[in-house]
Parts: sequence; C-alpha cells; structure tokens
Amino acid sequence: MSLVTKLATARRKPGRWHWTDVAAYAYLALGVVLMFGPVLWLALSSFKTQAGLLEFPPSLLPMSQQEVVVPGHPQPLPLFSVTMPDGSTRVLAQVRRIGIQAQMVDPANPAEVIRVPIDKRTPVRGFKLATENYTEPLERFAFTRFLWNSVFVTVVATIITLIINSMAAYALSIYEFRGKNTVMLMVIGTLMIPITIILVPVYLVITELGLVNSLWAVILPGAATPTGVFLLRQYMLTLPRDLIEAARMDKASEWQIYWRIVMPLAMPALAVLAIFSVMWRWNEFLWPLAVLTKTESYTLQIGLNAFQGELQTQWHYLLAMTVVTLLPVALVFVFLQRFITTGIANTGMK
Amino acid sequence: MASAEPAAPRGAARLFAAPLSLLMRLVDWPMSALQRLIGERRMAYVFLLPNIAFFGLFVFLPLIINVVFSVTGGTELFPSQRPFVGGEQYAYLFDCGSFLDPNSCREDHFWRGVANTARFTVFQVTAMVLFSLVTAVVLNMRIRARGFFRAVYFFPVLLSPVVVALTWKWILQRDGLLNAGITSLGGERILFLVDPSWAMFWIVFVSVWAHMGFYTLILLAGLQAIPADLYEAAEMDATPRWRVFWRITLPLLWPNMIVVIVLALIKGVQTFDEVFVLTGGGPGTATLMVVHYIYETAFSNQVQNFGLAAAASVVLGVVLFALTLAQLAAGSRKGAA
Repeated sequence: MSLVTKLATARRKPGRWHWTDVAAYAYLALGVVLMFGPVLWLALSSFKTQAGLLEFPPSLLPMSQQEVVVPGHPQPLPLFSVTMPDGSTRVLAQVRRIGIQAQMVDPANPAEVIRVPIDKRTPVRGFKLATENYTEPLERFAFTRFLWNSVFVTVVATIITLIINSMAAYALSIYEFRGKNTVMLMVIGTLMIPITIILVPVYLVITELGLVNSLWAVILPGAATPTGVFLLRQYMLTLPRDLIEAARMDKASEWQIYWRIVMPLAMPALAVLAIFSVMWRWNEFLWPLAVLTKTESYTLQIGLNAFQGELQTQWHYLLAMTVVTLLPVALVFVFLQRFITTGIANTGMK
Repeated sequence: MASAEPAAPRGAARLFAAPLSLLMRLVDWPMSALQRLIGERRMAYVFLLPNIAFFGLFVFLPLIINVVFSVTGGTELFPSQRPFVGGEQYAYLFDCGSFLDPNSCREDHFWRGVANTARFTVFQVTAMVLFSLVTAVVLNMRIRARGFFRAVYFFPVLLSPVVVALTWKWILQRDGLLNAGITSLGGERILFLVDPSWAMFWIVFVSVWAHMGFYTLILLAGLQAIPADLYEAAEMDATPRWRVFWRITLPLLWPNMIVVIVLALIKGVQTFDEVFVLTGGGPGTATLMVVHYIYETAFSNQVQNFGLAAAASVVLGVVLFALTLAQLAAGSRKGAA
C-alpha cells in the first residue's frame, strides 16, 4: 500500500504539485491500460467458452452459463433461474426455445416439460476457465506440429547465427588482412537490404537447393545477420589483445583461441544476439509465408494466420493459440526486460 | 593448449553447451591442420567464409537475380527458361494516365499499394514521432516506478505481427470490446475493419501501438545524453518549462529525432505483416500495401508473375536505398553534432 501512496504523491519538489506531474501520471496510467489492456483482454478471452465469446456486451471475466447433462438429451443443456407464475424461483434446464416460449425441464425430473415465457428466465452463470480451448487444438489440429516447427526453426537458426556471426566477427576484430575493408563494406551494405525486395530471387535460390517447404528454407537465408556481426565485432574489439597473444605463444590454434578464449569472453554480447535471434525467428512472418506452402511445414505464425482464415467463427481456438504463440516472448520479456531494453538502446536494433 | 577455461554457460545455454562443445572439438582437428597449411594470418578468411557464403547466396546473388528477373517475362521460375523482355515489366508498371490516380493505371493494384503505403507511412511516422516523443519525455521525468512504465511501453515491440494483429482484430470486431464500450455509451456499433477510412486509421494505430516502444527507447537514450547542468542553469534562471523544452530539449534531441523519422519511414514503406493479418489489404484494396502487392503477384495469384514482382521490388528497393542514404547522412550529422 505504501508503494501506491508513494506513487500517487511523487512530485518534483516536496510539497508542490506542478500540473506537468499530474499530466505525466495521467499519461502513464492511460499507457498502462492501452499497452497492457489488449493483451490482457486477449488472455482473459482465451479462457471463455465458445458461447461466452459470443456474448455481447462481453463480460470481463470468463463467466459462462452453467450447463447440466440431463438424461435423454445428448447435449448438455443451459441452466436458467426461472420465476414461476406463483412467484417462486426454480432452476431449470432449457431444451429448446420457440419464439417467446422456452421449453424447460427440471434436471431432477426430466420427463416433465415446463413452458416458460423467455422474459421470466435468467441464465445461471459461474466462473469457468475453458481450458479445453487450449487442450482441444492440441489434439484436433496440427497445432503441436506448428509449435515444434517454430521451436526447431528458432533453436537451430539461433545456434547457426551465433556460430557463423561470431566467426566472422572474430575475423574482423582480431586479424588484419587484405580485403578487410571490402568485407566490412559488404556487411554494412547488407544491413540495408530487407528480405522484402529480394523475395522472388531468394525463393529461386531455395528452389534450386530443393528446400521449398523444408524448415531449412526458413532457417538458412536469415542466418548471417549484419547486425549480429556488428554487435559481436564491437564487443570483441574491447577484449585484451595480450590474452590472444599469450594463447598463441602457448601454441593454441586459431580455432582454439576462437572457441576457448574469445567465445566465453564474448558471452554477454552473444547472449544479447541470442535473445534477438530468438525473437526475430519466433516472430518471422513474410518469408515463411512465401516459402512454406504445406501445412505440415507451417510455423506457429503461419499456422495461426491460416487458422484465422479458416476458423473465423472459432475464436475460442484462435485466441488460445494466439496466447500460446505470445507466451515464450512474454516470458523472455519478463525475465530479461532490462537486458533487452539496454541492448536495443545500445545497438539500435530490433 | 589454451590456458583459459570456458566460462560455465548459464540457463538455457547449458542445454546446448555439451553437444556444441563436442562438435567444436571435432572441428578443431581439421581446422588446426588447415592452419598449419595456410598459416595463421590467412585463417581470417576461413573464419569469414561461412558468413560470406550465406550473404552471397541469400543476399548478393538474389540482388543480381532480382534485376535479371525484372527484365524477363513468362511464368517459369528458372531464369534460363524466361524470355528477355527488356523494360516491358517496368513500362507495364508505369503505364499510367495520371500517376496521382491509381484507377488510370494498367497495374492499378500496384499504384493503389503505392498510394496506401505513402498515406500509411505519412500518418504512421507523424503519430510515431509525436507519441514516442511525449512518452520519452514523460519517462525521462522524475517519476516513480520508471523502469516499470518503460517496460509497459516497450513490451508490445516483442510481440509477433500475427499476435498483434489478432489481438486487435479481436477487440475491433463487430461484437468486440470497443463496440461494447461504444454501445454502453449509447452509440451505434461501427464496423471498424469494413469501413475503408476506419481500416486505415486502425492499421496506423495498431502499428504505432506495436512499435512505439522501440522509438521511445531511441529518444529516451537521446534525452538521457543531454547534460543535466543545462537544465539546472535553466532552473536557476527560472526559465518556463515549455521554453526549456523548446530551447534545450528539442534542439539537442534533434539527431535522435532524425534517426527515428528515417527508421520509421523505412519500416513504414516495408509494412506488410500486421496489415496482412488485420485487414488482408481490405476492405477492397483500401489497405493494400506495396509489399503485399509484391507477395501476391509472385506467390499467391493464379499466374505467378515473378518478373512483374521483381520489377516492383526493384522500384521498392530504389526507394529504400534513397531512404537509407538519408539515414546515413543523418547518422553522420549526428556524429558531428
């Protein structure tokens, strides 16, 4: 509670409120609602039942009408609290609705059908987490396949990126060699080339390599990233040269120096690149969309997009799968937030 | 042998550490042999090789093929089977009665894409600069829980475009949260993504929502680099706050502002993912973007017109190149400032 009071009473100078302080906190409060709200709403909605999602206006929490299985009826029936003509209330299950009349039965006595005007009944509601939204797609759709594909692409691509980019960064930071400037220029040059303008020819290269619809088609083209090379090179330039000279005196091979000395020392920079690579790969959309056309090779993002075309009416699955898709990134964010923001502020990459 | 022991990897890295270490040890022997053969200094080329091979195969070669593609016709993918047509694809793209009216063009979808992208980019950059500036200034004030609020604004940056688009689609749909709010206030439901001007508004809104944190961070870094004694001096002179902002903050922040503007321009021109999932380019072609046009022309139309798509992406590439030059120019000015 004290934090809240502190929060509410903070100001520039003790005892004085400037209107800009008020405006700033109002802006921040609005920001919290606007930035967190949509995702929170998504998460809450993903636990609603299909019927609960169709409600308008929607309820905040995943409340849903309670249902009961009545002998003689294959589907569970919705429960209503009904005001009877004599003024008493009974809890009845609705069989069907005809115009303004509802046919209802007492769950305890299913043989007798009671006719009730629909304005005399109110749904019996209770808090219910529709976890089947999460479990059913796992069984019924290729969802686990997409999940696995995404994990595979992300992990393998990140490992390849870390290895080949750190090798290049090592060469560019430790050695003097002919053509170094040309290579640096090439690396800078590729910084400006987005996949969008070479979509067609990269597709051709992938086709020639026979990789269409293979996950390698997604992994390989983005493996060498200029930002990665840059980030690692800048960091490696700060490593003490004497260490490398000493290792050379000890007859360590260049490969051993790279792997045994430079890589462990470059861990902080490698970690930043790893986080970024994971985010890039997990979220990638346009390129996989172009190169993966078979459902079994879809990544999560492509699968989700395909689902939203097919399952427009099945928001309950769609929302749950969207939550699963954002979960890893959200977890990364929660644990590494400070790391990521300073990484971006220092390197200007996203 | 190397004397330094590798630092123990932590967290998730540990999972891959053992197999990777084994792999690297296996590579060690041929690499050492190679080093004995070519000498220590030339090993630099060996280290560069994988990266350059990837760059070459997936960036430089495609750049050349792209230009080749753009002067060929037909529907075959392999260049040797494609007939040379010279500048025909470009002539087709630029066959317009008036360049200001997409309807007068033979390839009207391309020009609609251009017009939409231009409109989108102008609105988006303006809104992005405005909101990220306000947010950065507020986050730079002496407020409580600054780290928390910074995280709040930054967090959507990490979400994937598909997740962002679906989240907002869910809110904006006919029976969505926003319409519930409107009806509870006594208003009429609005079909946000069916009305063309609303659709344009929302794709701008959603992309600002999703990427604002990134630009805020750049501006925040700039704000924190402004020396505090300038503000202290202003306070001594009892300068009004708006004048401090206008005379000190804004001029000194200008280099970062330029970076933000140019980066947002470059990203804006390339916009595709979020819009594709949120509106699919619709209603009609109201939010069709240039990249969407390229993607459709090459991959999803019945006739895959790779030549035309390549020509359009060369045009896009020229625009992006110009913007990148602007960024480099801004960058060097930043260095001078």
